[in-house]
Amino acid sequence: MRSVYAISGGVSKFTKARPDKTFPAIVKEAYDYTLTDIELGHRQFLEVVDGSVASYFSDHFTRQLMAGIMVQDYLGLCPKPGHRVEGGGATGGICFQEAWKAVASGYMDICLAYGFETMSHVATWKGNEFIALASDVSFDYPVGGFYSGYYAMMVTRHMKEFGTTPEQMAYVSVKNHANAAFNPYAQKRQKLTIADVRNAPMVAWPLTRLDICVMSDGAAATILCNDEGLAKLEAVGAQIKRPLVRVTGIGRGTDAMRMADRPHQSFDKFLQHNLLPHEDTAETRSYYQELWEHGFRYPGVHSFRAGRMGSKEAYQNAGIGDPLSELDFIELHDAYTSSEIQTYEDMGLCRYGEGGSFATGGQTFMPGVAYDLDLEQDPVCPVNPSGGLIACGHPVGATGLMQAVFAIWQLQESIGDHFGDRTLQVDGAIRGAIHSHAGTGTYVTVSILEKEA
Amino acid sequence: MAANKQAKKIEETFGGYTLHTVPFPAELDEETLKSLKQMGHILIEQPYDITYLHSFGQDSPFFAGLANGHFLVNRDPETGYTYGTPRGHDMESGNETEWQEIAAEGTIHAFTVCHFGSEEFLPECPFVLALIDFPGVDTLFLARIIGLEPEEANLDWIGMRVKGRFRRLSKFKPTDVYFYPLEE
Repeated sequence: MRSVYAISGGVSKFTKARPDKTFPAIVKEAYDYTLTDIELGHRQFLEVVDGSVASYFSDHFTRQLMAGIMVQDYLGLCPKPGHRVEGGGATGGICFQEAWKAVASGYMDICLAYGFETMSHVATWKGNEFIALASDVSFDYPVGGFYSGYYAMMVTRHMKEFGTTPEQMAYVSVKNHANAAFNPYAQKRQKLTIADVRNAPMVAWPLTRLDICVMSDGAAATILCNDEGLAKLEAVGAQIKRPLVRVTGIGRGTDAMRMADRPHQSFDKFLQHNLLPHEDTAETRSYYQELWEHGFRYPGVHSFRAGRMGSKEAYQNAGIGDPLSELDFIELHDAYTSSEIQTYEDMGLCRYGEGGSFATGGQTFMPGVAYDLDLEQDPVCPVNPSGGLIACGHPVGATGLMQAVFAIWQLQESIGDHFGDRTLQVDGAIRGAIHSHAGTGTYVTVSILEKEA
Repeated sequence: MAANKQAKKIEETFGGYTLHTVPFPAELDEETLKSLKQMGHILIEQPYDITYLHSFGQDSPFFAGLANGHFLVNRDPETGYTYGTPRGHDMESGNETEWQEIAAEGTIHAFTVCHFGSEEFLPECPFVLALIDFPGVDTLFLARIIGLEPEEANLDWIGMRVKGRFRRLSKFKPTDVYFYPLEE
């Protein structure tokens, strides 16, 4: 397999509604930014780019089938190869990985990954209905299909099982909104308190409006290439930043569509299949043994096996032993404050059951941002320095690519240039992870990006 | 405080007067053509309505069972692994599962109170959603719970014993059975 570099990216400003432009024209903004950042014109790029992967989640939102080809056409990429991918909330992350595969295999030397969603075309509650159609329409949707409701059920189980509290979840909301205050691309840039989050209107107990990401219109794009592609781009005049950012590992996991079907594995099976290498100590084995003795079952509805398996594979490919100390930042799929906490556990930043206290400890916060919270520990691995989905917005097909773009900028140390403010730059960042997540944990992608030595 | 501001807003809805003309320059010349770049966008409504013919396929006996007051689950004939929500084939063995009747009586495994919901269910808010655990069954079943006070949501609801009641007039939906708390 060839080395794959993520050399450039662009994001449209995420916002509630973009009626001023059609979706292909919104993607064009992200695409143009991606090219401008390497000082390349469209004509020069066309000479060398091999093809593309398009990402958008819902034909219902666009009310337009084959929207992918409309973007390919509008960007002027026809007749080069391209296809659309779809995998719920993880569509953007899957798109990134499919572009990676095209380049790593040598099928393409240069591949453009682009994605978008325009969710403002329907009223909010109709939009929730469309999203709920991404649950089993025979058994889940008719009972009261509502994703916030599904996640709230996971929360109550997590709370019961591990003692997690809504206040601990509120820390995530305060963190991500405060980070976003320094991100001009974010939709919600708010300074909040724990009380603000808890006093916001209740949506699905115990999740309030400020525990949940918003619908958004937006687009993102990124260019991946191998060494041959790099030479071709530079030959036509591209100014590519050094050190390069390389994608050193990808991983993906899946799980049953219906939460009700999530199996309850035995302790032995958990050890065999789901334990991360750094958890394989006598102490952690006995910690888990004790959870099992108290009725814990894996993954149940409180944990995302797909997220754990995606992480495990990505860490293995990238040679990561202890993610918390070896990753400098993570952009993860915080559609809900609770799912950020669940994902800390899946990604092995803490053990299953410890996500609540880990969320309030301080290790996932940014060093230079004032949160007005009493945090015991110093930042170690900022999670969602950009503000995440909760504050940036979640235009589904663009989201996973937005994470890639922000990760590239972190590793190029160019956050200050792109955001007009250095506050969110993770100083000295060498390695970061992006995590994209679908459904109630059905598809999860984890990709590792690293600055070359 | 952002949260309160939000609560004071009237919800945005579609609809309104039908508009048949929009302002446009009387004459098109170089200058007015250029000024079109400054024109606002036109927003129209596009209604979309469709009726699907949806088959429950191999899961159909479950719905027929509900309509006749029976709660059916699927079991792997070889391992005995039992699915609380119908599933034609077992995910481990690949075997075709068989039907089994159980009492629609179990405990709440996880729950929420939906104060908002998808458009279709908004008129029913607030409602209680729960995943039900049945004794001897390995997976769960998603259902509505009736008879709990939505404003009194608390974690003690988890583990609460509940019993299913079948709708007399079936809708052939999983909501043909709903659950209510059993007096302890």
